[in-house]
Amino acid sequence: MGDDPGLMTVLLAMFAGAIRVSTPFLFVSLGEMLTEKSGRINLGLEGTLVFGAMSGYAISYHTGSPWLGVLVAGFCGSLFGALHGFLCKLPKVNDIAIGIALMLFGTGLAFFFGKPYIQPSAPRLPSISFGSWSDHPGIRQALEINPLFLLGIALAVFLWWALRNTRFGLIIRTTGDSAPAALALGIDVNRVRLLSTMAGGFFAGIGGSFLSLYYPGSWTEGLSSGQGLMAVALVIFARWNPIYCFWAALLFGAAGALGPALQSIGVSRGYHFFNAAPYILTLLIMIASTSPRRSLKGAPGELSITK
Amino acid sequence: MADTTETPGFAVETSMASDLPERFRRSAEFVVIPLLALIVSGILFSVFLALLGKSPVGFFALVWKGGFGTSFSWQNTLVRAAPLVFTALCVAIPARLGLVIIGGEGALVLGGFAAAAIAIPMIDWAPTFLLLGVMAIAGMLAGGIWIGCVGALRHYRGVNETIASLLMFYIAVSILNFFVEGALRDPSDPNKPSTRPIGSDNMIGVIPGTDVHWGLLVGVLLCGLLYLLMNRTTFGFAAQVAGGNLRAAQSQGLPVGKLMVVSCAIAGACAGLAGFFEVAAIHGKANASLVAGYGFTGILVSFLARHNPLVIIPVAIFLGGIAASGGLVQRRMDLPDATVLVLQGLLFVVILVSETFYGRLSIFQSKGEA
Repeated sequence: MGDDPGLMTVLLAMFAGAIRVSTPFLFVSLGEMLTEKSGRINLGLEGTLVFGAMSGYAISYHTGSPWLGVLVAGFCGSLFGALHGFLCKLPKVNDIAIGIALMLFGTGLAFFFGKPYIQPSAPRLPSISFGSWSDHPGIRQALEINPLFLLGIALAVFLWWALRNTRFGLIIRTTGDSAPAALALGIDVNRVRLLSTMAGGFFAGIGGSFLSLYYPGSWTEGLSSGQGLMAVALVIFARWNPIYCFWAALLFGAAGALGPALQSIGVSRGYHFFNAAPYILTLLIMIASTSPRRSLKGAPGELSITK
Repeated sequence: MADTTETPGFAVETSMASDLPERFRRSAEFVVIPLLALIVSGILFSVFLALLGKSPVGFFALVWKGGFGTSFSWQNTLVRAAPLVFTALCVAIPARLGLVIIGGEGALVLGGFAAAAIAIPMIDWAPTFLLLGVMAIAGMLAGGIWIGCVGALRHYRGVNETIASLLMFYIAVSILNFFVEGALRDPSDPNKPSTRPIGSDNMIGVIPGTDVHWGLLVGVLLCGLLYLLMNRTTFGFAAQVAGGNLRAAQSQGLPVGKLMVVSCAIAGACAGLAGFFEVAAIHGKANASLVAGYGFTGILVSFLARHNPLVIIPVAIFLGGIAASGGLVQRRMDLPDATVLVLQGLLFVVILVSETFYGRLSIFQSKGEA
């Protein structure tokens, strides 16, 4: 150690970035995972994420309480989820297309109502310091951890446990694997999917509020750059397993931190390509982890993208 | 009564439509339902505006004035409609195969960039027609390969084409920025990083008597050609079969993989052509202005047109008009520029929901079948 301080700085920045940048990925992917487990895919989470970012920021600005902002963002997200869940139950309405429409609609609404909040600064979420044992300022900074990150981990573990061991988990999994089987068990398929999509939207909204209230920490129209959609790909990579979702989110966070980390030590050549790293990584992962011939292990049987 | 053979004696006929010939009645469904969806979206958007204390009547009057009211606004509308025609085709052609491609914007950006990049060493010596020809081919190739890859990934690796194409949009923008701000940046332009301009002498002109460039006409011709390809050829028929039932198509020995890749390549070439026209007729060079959202509005155009290349033309003009009126609405009514986005999103949702009514409204059904 010490002979290459540049590499250390980059690695440390990527570690810090993985923790900071991964939180929205984690929440959106957990939400998407839950929705997909019930047998539907919601591509509209990108719009939900952006609207959550805007509404969370607006509420924090008006009330001075960022946590209330997080809550309202989640609530708005579940409204979008409810819209998706309700519309997709109509016959001949395609869940992927509705998702794309809601992505545009949610983003449009967020930009529409968000105009007045681009300038003012709202109270941001606090962070908890875990790095006081270290003298290294970089490590200290890296271990400034937002409570939402910890909440996300707890949520991942809870969902992992609940999907396996609870009655609700069984109902959701059955609905996602075979709607006729669920129907035979007396389960209201549309209601399960509606509630799963609403819960998914709630998580995605929270993920969005993290973007505007913690990192990057302000509301702009270019705030989200496809995180909501990358999360959908991430769920496939994570094989619909909440714990894998967490590791995948960390990986994506690290990839997203690569560009800024290299820039901080003065490597600016190819900056745009390093910024594209998360997209390239997502694409490569999708290519490596899917197959045209067999269905994916762990994939819900009703899911339209894996059929 | 045009035909009475199918009419059961006990059928209760109350509507006027019952007197219409069958054929007309069946196709009326495809006109009436989208129109109803438009009206419903208009009403919902009026409610939205009214809740915000803005006048819906004033809004639609301004949209009319800014988009279609004067010859000036018509030309503005048509200039915006041109790229929408191409990007909508980028959605419509793969849609026949059941593929949902939403990354047309990426093919547009890359097509425009490729056109501008290949022009750089040629500007000084090549005659205009050669320069433009090579640029157009480069744009189509870049876009075609880009989206063609999405089709290939879908067929050979099972990668979801919707997500892949959107990811590739972000990658395309990175490629554009990398070169435009780096190796291919024109040093004589200190303000906005751009490639070297192709020169005003080499730009594509306008259709005589208008301010609209020739791209619109090319787009209209292309719609006609692709309509014939998808509806009157073996290729189109095979694509339709594969879109209806993939397994059945495979078991009939149709080359599904080839169909997918070729359809996606054609689609990408259309979007690449849009990028070429943006460079050769509007900007004169490639820069970040290429990322203007035409690819995303094109998705809406194609869905509104139910992926029919001929219907794309009027729908593109309609949405081009709404986009063209955005500035006027923004200034006069003190509404943010995202108002148009909200209207488009709403329209998109309502149009998709209207799908549920096809074949379910008894007025459009064959007598005795409904």
